[in-house]
Amino acid sequence: MSTAEMAHEADHHGPPKGWKRWVFSTNHKDIGTMYLIFALVMLFLGGAMAMVIRAELYMPGLQIVDPDTYNNLVTNHALIMVFGLVMPAAAGMANWMIPMMIGAPDMALPRLNNLSFWLLPAAGTMLVLSMLIGFIPGTGQQVNTGWTLYPPLSIQAGMGMDMLIFTIHLLGISSILASINIVTTILNMRAPGMTLMKMPLFVWAWLFTGLLLIVIMPVLAGGVTMLLFDRHFGTAFFDAAGGGDPVLFQHLFWFFGHPEVYVLLLPSIGVLGLIIPTFSRKPLFGYKPLVWFMGILFALGLVVWAHHQYTVGMSLGAVTYFMIGTILISIPVGLMIFNFIFTMWRGSLTFETPMLFAIAIILMFSFAGVTGVMLAVVPADLQYHDTYFVVAHFHYALVPGAVFGLYAGVFYWLPKWTGHMYDEKLGKIFFWWTTIAFNITFFPQHFSGLAGMPRRIVDYSIQFTEFNVVSSLGAFAFGLSHLLFLYIIIKTIRGGKEATNKPWEGAQVGTPGLEWDLSSPPPFHSFTTPPAIK
Amino acid sequence: MNRENDIQRKSQRQALILGLVVVAMFGFGFAMVPLYKLVCSVAGINNIADSGGRVRSDVYLPGKVDRSRTITVEFDATLNTGLPWELLPAVKKVKVHPGEINVVSWHVKNNSDRKIVAQAVPGVTPWQATEYLEKIECFCFTQQTLAPGESREMPLRFVIDAKLPESIKTLTLSYTFMDTDRSALKAAGQS
Repeated sequence: MSTAEMAHEADHHGPPKGWKRWVFSTNHKDIGTMYLIFALVMLFLGGAMAMVIRAELYMPGLQIVDPDTYNNLVTNHALIMVFGLVMPAAAGMANWMIPMMIGAPDMALPRLNNLSFWLLPAAGTMLVLSMLIGFIPGTGQQVNTGWTLYPPLSIQAGMGMDMLIFTIHLLGISSILASINIVTTILNMRAPGMTLMKMPLFVWAWLFTGLLLIVIMPVLAGGVTMLLFDRHFGTAFFDAAGGGDPVLFQHLFWFFGHPEVYVLLLPSIGVLGLIIPTFSRKPLFGYKPLVWFMGILFALGLVVWAHHQYTVGMSLGAVTYFMIGTILISIPVGLMIFNFIFTMWRGSLTFETPMLFAIAIILMFSFAGVTGVMLAVVPADLQYHDTYFVVAHFHYALVPGAVFGLYAGVFYWLPKWTGHMYDEKLGKIFFWWTTIAFNITFFPQHFSGLAGMPRRIVDYSIQFTEFNVVSSLGAFAFGLSHLLFLYIIIKTIRGGKEATNKPWEGAQVGTPGLEWDLSSPPPFHSFTTPPAIK
Repeated sequence: MNRENDIQRKSQRQALILGLVVVAMFGFGFAMVPLYKLVCSVAGINNIADSGGRVRSDVYLPGKVDRSRTITVEFDATLNTGLPWELLPAVKKVKVHPGEINVVSWHVKNNSDRKIVAQAVPGVTPWQATEYLEKIECFCFTQQTLAPGESREMPLRFVIDAKLPESIKTLTLSYTFMDTDRSALKAAGQS
């Protein structure tokens, strides 16, 4: 059935009723909604794990969990947040917004879209099982490797590791299919006149994200497949006893893992590229350069992976190359930040919740950029490696850079998705609460890290107690703030002030998408006939 | 509806191309196994102690013994997981002069009831000292085969090069024994 026929059918019959609407859905909005709900569930699951981790670290010594369980929690917290929260939430927004922005009736490959979503709950279930199965006697060691899954520890871990490997296969297939779908949608389904250089920045960001995922995900899948073979079939890809090299796994993992950081960041940068012009009521400063910077980020991101492995004993020439490459990355990223600041310069700013998040992200993400440059420098990194300084750095990069960017997107588009305005006052309370709590949580970790507190260890030396008490208290407030987030979302879905087609005054400056031409909430199928581009 | 069909055909073709990229990248992951070893050995970038793939001479020509300096050499013995052996150096550490030939005996015993072939892998800390520690005779040069319950005294003969940087006063020579079962199987399959 062609997309046009489906659109035709939907015009007459509307969405199917009941559970069939969701399970058999080929509609980009329904699938987008399911992605977002899945991400929200995973946010609370991963968040609950973080709460246990911080509760354990509140005081030195062992209180709540034993060391293996602690490391299991650390591993799954990371995997759930990366693969369960950020990637599905970004994919959900892509599903919802990209067809509407470029004037398409739906995604290019709607059935593939259904498959790529429904692989996720299966993968999520298996991920949680991989964590729980270690508690059953006789299943071997828990998954205690951290999300990097380095051998030889990952070769020694128990049955949970096998489930985790298959989880990664499923997640990989899911995100590869979603990426292929999004890339083909962007390249083929644009309305006549919507040229590439007229696309909203969010669409550009997802074009690069999709391509990046297509390139890197298979490498991780290959790496964990080799791990599986080493565990069960007597191969020795990574087992030094059989002539393998455990460092090879690190290279394969970080060949995926470093670009993965950009996979997490780029969609949020795309969201910022829409929100900042909207609430500054000024076109985006330097739209073309921003597209180029994202392209440079895409290319450079693929060739600097080994800066995560300075301590493995590579030759000085090799680490110098990776150091210079990594520092180079700060140039396009820094210029992106400047572009956003210049967009705000002399604009007529208003500070609705999405804009507050956007400004906070620019500040906090720049901070992560600065610590990132510190970590890129080899002699300094040898000191910081595997300390809480690294934990603080990547939480400053990924929580504002990726997660807050998605929150900003949620507030920005909730009126469009639901047809209701969210409660602005509650939104602002949530913003201040979560931002302040986030900083209380992670800022002290810079100091404990510089003082030498190692990461991924359940206990710590007593001189770090004060920093950890502050950090834990902040974390509890940070966790609690998300109940308010959930409440705001539910409240907006259930009712609220009617949203107009274009709920934000400045929503159509610069390079807007076509989503504002549609009603709020939009019809089941976005554009049955290609819209005319002004 | 011509445009619709065109778009659909184009989308499917693009999805196929991107799918091929995915397959190629999956293959790339596996191609990294031989490529990684090749690149590392050609460019010499795998090892911080290996300055650009320079080949050391096989024969050590003893120089003058420098009695003015004393270097402490510590020994460390590690067994890889699952290897039921015991490994002990005769002494924990020795004090030596650069240029003199030293012999340290290592005791190894197979505690299992099966024959095991194992290989020792050396490591030197700090890494800067690696190229100045010349092993003349070492049990790590060959695989060691021990019958059930068999024990053996193995000599290690080494010289510290007189060119060892002044700042290094202590260095640690570490050996890890690994079960070669897997590699023996693989080698048998290949030859």
